[in-house]
Amino acid sequence: MSWLVVAPILVPFATAIIAFLLRERPLGRWISVAGSALALLAAGLLMAQVLGQGVIAAQMGNWAAPFGITFVADNLSAVMVVITAIAGLAVAIYATAEITPRMEYLGYHTLFQVLLAGVTGAFLTGDIFNLYVWFEVMLIASFGLLILGGRPEQIDGGIKYVTLNLISTVLFLSAIGLLYGMTGTLNMADLAVTVGQVENQGLLTVVAMMFMVAFGVKAAVFPLFFWLPASYHTPAFSVSAVFAGLLTKVGVYALIRVFTLIFDRDIGYTHTVLLWVAGFTMVTGVLGAAAQMDFRKILSFHIVSQIGYMVLGLALFTPLALTGAVFYLVHHIVVKANLFLIAGVVQRLTGSTGLSRIGGLYTHAPLLALLFLVPAFSLAGFPPLSGFWAKFLLIKAALGVEGWFIAFLALAVGLLTIYSMTKIWAEAFWKPHPDGIEPRIAMLGRAERWRLLTPIAGLAALTVTIGLFPEPFVQFAEATAAQLLDPSSYVTAVLGERP
Amino acid sequence: METLLSLTIGLLVAAAVYLMLARNVLKFLFGMILLSNAANLLIFTAGRLTFGEPPLIAAGEKLPPPGVANALPQALVLTAIVIGFGLFAFALVLVFRAYTTLGTLNTDDMRVAEPQEEADR
Amino acid sequence: MNSIILRVATRYLAAILLIFSLYMLLRGHNEPGGGFIGGLIGATGFVLHAIACGTKEARAALRLQPQTIALSGLGLALLAGMVPALMGDAFLTGQWLFLGAAEGEKGLPISTVLFFDIGVYLVVLGAILTLVFAMEEEI
Repeated sequence: MSWLVVAPILVPFATAIIAFLLRERPLGRWISVAGSALALLAAGLLMAQVLGQGVIAAQMGNWAAPFGITFVADNLSAVMVVITAIAGLAVAIYATAEITPRMEYLGYHTLFQVLLAGVTGAFLTGDIFNLYVWFEVMLIASFGLLILGGRPEQIDGGIKYVTLNLISTVLFLSAIGLLYGMTGTLNMADLAVTVGQVENQGLLTVVAMMFMVAFGVKAAVFPLFFWLPASYHTPAFSVSAVFAGLLTKVGVYALIRVFTLIFDRDIGYTHTVLLWVAGFTMVTGVLGAAAQMDFRKILSFHIVSQIGYMVLGLALFTPLALTGAVFYLVHHIVVKANLFLIAGVVQRLTGSTGLSRIGGLYTHAPLLALLFLVPAFSLAGFPPLSGFWAKFLLIKAALGVEGWFIAFLALAVGLLTIYSMTKIWAEAFWKPHPDGIEPRIAMLGRAERWRLLTPIAGLAALTVTIGLFPEPFVQFAEATAAQLLDPSSYVTAVLGERP
Repeated sequence: METLLSLTIGLLVAAAVYLMLARNVLKFLFGMILLSNAANLLIFTAGRLTFGEPPLIAAGEKLPPPGVANALPQALVLTAIVIGFGLFAFALVLVFRAYTTLGTLNTDDMRVAEPQEEADR
Repeated sequence: MNSIILRVATRYLAAILLIFSLYMLLRGHNEPGGGFIGGLIGATGFVLHAIACGTKEARAALRLQPQTIALSGLGLALLAGMVPALMGDAFLTGQWLFLGAAEGEKGLPISTVLFFDIGVYLVVLGAILTLVFAMEEEI
């Protein structure tokens, strides 16, 4: 059954190769869509398997753990892989209408699929050095995507993105080196066992902090998030949607994985730091958004603020809080990718994303207004959408450990999120267009309309579904949290039964 | 030997940080390269230094002779060097592109993506 | 760079480097060497050609686009990793075929590991040349 674990990684790689060979023909973009659909199928099969028989591990080349490279699918990995595939398919369809033949020739679809492969690999690997390699695969592809097209603001944003991510990479590498020096292993399940035998536990906490900073840059937490709002509004909309949905979430995933599996010994210190980080991230993100007047920049700052909620779940470290964090991760990927896709349509209809220069969408494109309201309300946490349950679980968890202040912060940030969404609504949708343009959906070509709006509608439907029928999702998130807090099933799946 | 290498790593990091604090992106990049070399040396040192034999298994044998060097840190360093090479080659082209399109290497002047007047408002 | 000495020398050096790179690739099976170092040496040959005669000629000598080479290499390596599926083994497990094996004869061993290594060779060759050509043309 080990093939199911690697299939979600192999499919995007194969798609990338075929899409590159066909990049001069329209067929190339449909290969990308078909490959994404196939990846979703593979991810779904993996999910079914994990639900059926618990954690599965695959040893590459039949080299037994901890000597070879292991890929592991537990609940968290499986759900992240599925949601990655969903976001990937939505963006692949959207990209068929947005990406120009010139960008296709330069390898857009290939880079996109390699990015998906890197993200999926990072979710599935059970080896910390291999995680580094997947981070780099993802990073190289994201560099390429970010500056594809080569407009000056892209280059400018690219410089900031590249430099800060390089620092995080080197820090991650150094932390791996030190951890290896102390424990003599790189397999994450083996690390979970061996960190207990390290004599100098204080040094271990230092290494834990290095990992926190390295992943913190990727996840864009306070005070390491500056690269994100500097670059995410510059590339093509398909690119920023997939970045917004997936890239920072890989950082959050890595934080959750490492701080539940390996560094769970000095919780009093590490998780307190995480709690402060979470609080500051939520507040600075939402305040940054309040000062912006560009559709995509507001959304970028909101990514930062939402990351704070997920880190909050990890920092509280109770079953309920981790349930909330997992639920939030899934909800956030769907909603955020969707909002960026909508920003793309808005830009097409009105000619800009600067809020002062656009308007009139409510009167002339009511369908788009409706499609915007679903993820926007969900992001702000209105019942009965997915964001409500995510925030509800986290705040309940905070109240459960008597964290009155952090619960208050989470509620206040939710209110300010509504303020930002109202601002977008009032400026882009409610007021008439300053140039008197009437932005109608009919302005898009027939084929274009379907390709742009189907993914948006699909993701919105997913948000509504999660919101209306949260029980199975919450139950699954609870099982995931239980698995994270008691890593024994993970360790057993990788290393086998031990006396 | 470990002490000597540790000191070298410290020196490299210090030089790297000095370079990275410059406003010039190219200097920053050179600092990054030094820093990544320091990280590679760190992994190498973390794997313990031995005056061992190369970790090769002779024909007909099942195990390497005793006292061989630990091959894993070297494999890790090799991987890291390769990845670093790719990243830095890309970053160098990007810096050059930035210089031709933006006309500057000073980070304070790079404000195309985040215009000044917008930040003041 | 316009240097007649370099250009004449390159003609021989590039050929030697390419042959040496293949030697390294095949030797790497049981001894130091392998697809990675082979690819690097092979790339050096073309890079030298590009420095001596310009990237245009080097691209012509390569015939295929370097990106295509790199991605075909990736495809080959993935395929080699997927062959074990037919035998019911895990991903990347080495599979062996002994051509012309007879009683007391070992035959010519062909393995998926070799094809994986050839894939690595092509990836490294293609990736390095993509980068170097891009830099040569850009800067």
